[in-house]
Amino acid sequence: MTNEVLTGAQAIVRSLELLGITDVFGLPGGAILPTYDPLMDSTKIRHILVRHEQGAGHAAEGYASASGKIGVCIATSGPGATNLVTAIADAHMDSVPLLAITGQVNSTAIGTDAFQEADIVGITMPITKHSYLVTKAEDIPATLAAAYQIATTGRPGPVLVDIAKDAQNGKAEFIWPPRIDLPGYKPVTKPHGKQVQAAVQLIKEAKRPVLYVGGGIIRSGANQELLELAKLTGAPAVTTLMARGAFPDSNPQNLGMPGMHGTVPAVTALQRSDLLVTLGARFDDRVTGQVKTFAVNAKVIHIDIDPAEIGKIKPAEVPIVGDLKEVLVELNAELSKELNGKQPDLTEWWAFLNDLRKRYPLGYSEPEDGKLSPQYVISRIGELSGPEAVFAAGVGQHQMWSAQFIKYERPNSWLNSGGAGTMGYAVPAAMGAKVAQPERLVWAIDGDGCFQMTNQELATCTINNIPIKVAIINNSSLGMVRQWQTLFYNQRYSNTDLHTGTDTMMVPDFVKLAEAYGALGIRVEKAEDVDQAIKTAMEVNDRPVVIDFIVGRDAMVWPMVPAGVSNDEVQFARDSRPVWEEGDEA
Amino acid sequence: MSQHVLSLLVEDRPGLLTRVAGLFARRGFNIESLAVGATEVEGLSRITVVVSVEGLPLEQVTKQLNKLINVLKVVELEPLSTVERDHMLIKVKTDPATRSQVLEAVNLFRARVIDVASDALIIEITGETNKCQAFLKVLEPFGIKELVQSGVLAMSRGSKSITEKVQK
Repeated sequence: MTNEVLTGAQAIVRSLELLGITDVFGLPGGAILPTYDPLMDSTKIRHILVRHEQGAGHAAEGYASASGKIGVCIATSGPGATNLVTAIADAHMDSVPLLAITGQVNSTAIGTDAFQEADIVGITMPITKHSYLVTKAEDIPATLAAAYQIATTGRPGPVLVDIAKDAQNGKAEFIWPPRIDLPGYKPVTKPHGKQVQAAVQLIKEAKRPVLYVGGGIIRSGANQELLELAKLTGAPAVTTLMARGAFPDSNPQNLGMPGMHGTVPAVTALQRSDLLVTLGARFDDRVTGQVKTFAVNAKVIHIDIDPAEIGKIKPAEVPIVGDLKEVLVELNAELSKELNGKQPDLTEWWAFLNDLRKRYPLGYSEPEDGKLSPQYVISRIGELSGPEAVFAAGVGQHQMWSAQFIKYERPNSWLNSGGAGTMGYAVPAAMGAKVAQPERLVWAIDGDGCFQMTNQELATCTINNIPIKVAIINNSSLGMVRQWQTLFYNQRYSNTDLHTGTDTMMVPDFVKLAEAYGALGIRVEKAEDVDQAIKTAMEVNDRPVVIDFIVGRDAMVWPMVPAGVSNDEVQFARDSRPVWEEGDEA
Repeated sequence: MSQHVLSLLVEDRPGLLTRVAGLFARRGFNIESLAVGATEVEGLSRITVVVSVEGLPLEQVTKQLNKLINVLKVVELEPLSTVERDHMLIKVKTDPATRSQVLEAVNLFRARVIDVASDALIIEITGETNKCQAFLKVLEPFGIKELVQSGVLAMSRGSKSITEKVQK
């Protein structure tokens, strides 16, 4: 059989098709023009033209995080490529499988400071799992196949493939499947049997175990196995910001989110634990607070596919390198044999935790200025939309409230920028999620600050019939920064006022902005109008919907552990610390 | 701070050295010396790097290096079972009065003169880091005009080879 001769550009499109890619987000320019020509003819790939390359990057992330499939974005050389940098860094922090394809100037011009030349491989080296510069047409299929494999296996992450324009214009025989040669890449997925045994022993002996659930459970697709582990052990679970939805909120063993804005029971469970069963989590500083006072009496079982995460922050008594799904299948089987259907006796531990749950439930007080309470708005969005919906958040107060007050029942229903904390993630990520799962209701819950960073993608949504719902939690300020200024900078509000509220200059007017983008704009200022607006948004599906919820600007995110201090200092409201046990004034 | 010698077997790919050096910089590890070159296997290079760290982070260094796709193997070479060599070229000021003293030092340290000018010598020395440093100290009073050195080269003793397992 003779193989076809294709141009490099055709080979890019054909390779993506053969890798099963059906949707890509991008924006053309000089150095990627050759590829956009055959892309126009592809019947298998839908290309969605964004308004800014950062939008393409976050859309690809949202696509990946909602579906579990790889997300693909395309940009031209120079500024097109550098506009992807934030999204690539974001995907790197949150282990999102992302393929970024960038055009590069002709290989003969590389290094000459040619027009729109940027060393994007060099720029992204520290924020990609791997990257390639391709200068020959014949290298394209194997490089894209290798990039796909690296991005989607092991600990997922972003891979950048930078392709010189003359490689796109060159011709070569198209050979598929290509030979992928990655001798230095062998992710370990199967756990070491001895370590699994050691983990079983620790779990059997523990009096105060906690399942410390991280985003790895979702990336691995191990949520069923986690449920089984919870059933076998009867242990409480805490779900980190990246793991909301990995374990159902309705499960009575779920104590909620730990960390800086975690629930008192979740934070305290980790602090008082004698065994952390760490599942695809990485002891982020937002979870541990001050590390040397974090969970000081706990032994650690640390299960992760990335060996470098184990022991990075907190030493592990039992390190297990492997894919969580495979590890938990083995661990559950061994536990089930050892325990013989009898859960370890955790009566005392649960009595302590349940008492905390009763005394320190998540809650909020109504804003004193009579405006809407942001927590109420977000709760209602969650309740009216239900667990089958997808919720993408920006970064800041509204993100924390969305993590706290929406009840998540399934993995991949909560999308956010956890590690990088990228403001502007929500709108494009929601757009990507809606493309991946058009049958689902997809919300972007955004702040007035975040929304102004990436709302240009509303144009993309309207024109391409991607009817996302955007809820702007509009407190007319950079809310989380303002909260810190309230608490730690004597209420000196330096540069956090955004003037978007109804009693301000109101620049921009989000309802008018939505209408300008062809979306339905709704403004809500009273609690009694909240439900109706949400219902209207859910019913309108011929265009995007933007609801401008005008909320009180003094609302704060509680509980809170101030940065850099011990988790023992958690406050459930301003200047209010929990009383751990009767008569024990912490 | 303690020093460790790491030996990396890597695929010879563009940008590889940037990836390795960038990783050290980004994670805050200090490179004391670095030597790169081809191996007996085509397409494979070897990097010998001396790194100074505290006990625990060395594990982080090796784990992070192992995550680089083009890195095939990372081995810490233990001092007792390893041979190590430094290589230096030293340009020393000499005049008729000092030349014989310099030459005497060259002989004692089993170094070699590789270039002679009327007022200077270029001397080559190979050996363990300590020996080379001692030699430098002896030459210092005469006036060192120029110094260039390789990074440490290191290899484990015995018949085993770092490339054995990766060769198919």
